[in-house]
Amino acid sequence: MENLLNAVQTFSAENSPLDFYLVLENWRLFWKGLQNTLLLLVLSLVAGGLLAIPLAIIRATRVPVLNPIAFGFIYFVRGTPLLVQLYVIYYGLSQFEAIRDSAAWVILRDPWWCALISFSIGTAAYTAEIFRGAISDTPRGEVEATIAAGMSRVLAYRRIILPSAFRRALPAYGNEVIFNLHTTVIASTVTVIDVLGAARTFNNKYYLAYEGFITAALIFIAIVFVITRVFNLMERRMLRHLKRA
Amino acid sequence: MAQAQVKVAGGPQLSARNIHKTFGAFEVLKGISLDAYNHDVISILGASGSGKSTFLRCLNFLESPTEGEVTLDGEVVATRRNRAHQLEPSDRRQIERFRTRVSMVFQGFNLWSHMTVLENVMEASVHVLGISKQKAKDTAEGLLERVGLSERMHYYPAHLSGGQQQRAAIARALAVDPEVILFDEPTSALDPELVGEVLNVMKGLAEEGRTMIVVTHEMGFARDVSNRVIFLEQGRIKEDGPPDEVMNNPKSERFRQFLARSRD
Repeated sequence: MENLLNAVQTFSAENSPLDFYLVLENWRLFWKGLQNTLLLLVLSLVAGGLLAIPLAIIRATRVPVLNPIAFGFIYFVRGTPLLVQLYVIYYGLSQFEAIRDSAAWVILRDPWWCALISFSIGTAAYTAEIFRGAISDTPRGEVEATIAAGMSRVLAYRRIILPSAFRRALPAYGNEVIFNLHTTVIASTVTVIDVLGAARTFNNKYYLAYEGFITAALIFIAIVFVITRVFNLMERRMLRHLKRA
Repeated sequence: MAQAQVKVAGGPQLSARNIHKTFGAFEVLKGISLDAYNHDVISILGASGSGKSTFLRCLNFLESPTEGEVTLDGEVVATRRNRAHQLEPSDRRQIERFRTRVSMVFQGFNLWSHMTVLENVMEASVHVLGISKQKAKDTAEGLLERVGLSERMHYYPAHLSGGQQQRAAIARALAVDPEVILFDEPTSALDPELVGEVLNVMKGLAEEGRTMIVVTHEMGFARDVSNRVIFLEQGRIKEDGPPDEVMNNPKSERFRQFLARSRD
């Protein structure tokens, strides 16, 4: 280990135009950034996914009253840049005294929570549209078979329509997860130390833009590699039934 | 000569009274009544557009009739008028139970594509009837053996031929041990060489005394397997009786033409 570090140090000092040793020395900074990025990604995917399922069902089955609301929500979220939404939540809400006095202020004054809220809302809207499409694409005959078998609507959704739709949505959803990962860098604009935030801090400290940002880029590539592998595995397992023999 | 109806005490098993169905301004069904008794195998024939599939789908309310009444073992399916002025079932629990007692086989098989054949057959038993998984599995395996799919029970529908899918769909319809099975053109979507394997399974069911109502274009099946043939023409019953009688001495000119065309 000692030898390896020495080798990196020598290489950085003598042969490389980039100072990798300095990055290694600051691994705690990037480690913290990675933790924040992954936490924001995973938590927003969970919260957004939970919100997306009812939204998608409301949209696909055109539930009266709720459908226009869901439509408006999705339209608004997809119609505005996420950065604007985050600024509205983080900078905008604090203007209102009622909010500063409310119990929610504990959360809304914290940039980390504001980032999580806006990412969750964002991925909820996009994921809802992916799921809505997949639900609507359920073959009519398969739905009729649930009715003819005496299933209630709730049972049909739980057992047949949603499981089948989620599988069909998997490739598009994998893409959404990667998008959402890249979106998390926006958190760094409101002072959260995510991977990009770490790179920016590094740059501010040493004026070494390449070292910091290339490290950030490599970390993102590594995360995307893992995400892609996971989705490939899931698709191979869960989309067997769609493959032509 | 053939006994048309085997009447059992308590009257017909499945009975439809005066079914009307209107799509917009077009009246597809103009008052059709049918009594299916225990062990009846009724073939419904008719040109396309004659309303035979619509009638069958009105029997389990996949289609909402405009007028009429459906009865199973003397119990009337409760209905109410929906906004489109059609009759839809008003008692959810009643219609759901009704549908487990009157199951259906579709032209397009309609197996659930993300489930294996075995899972398809077990699904309604476990999740609608609440039978234990193990018991449902035993039943399903037995049924799949009967329709000749033991070796394929862990396959997904897309990996089977049309004939195999339809046999799996028949096993699925049988799994809830229904009193009546509705067949909606079960062989019409099949390649000609696969029709036989499905008809053989259906013939086996008829022989064991299953009550079946079959919308079909298979004249051979209607003649040899069913005990009653109905010919629909423009939403009305034009012929009704035992196959020998009806198919050898058609009363209406239309049915004579229909039979002549089917022979080509």
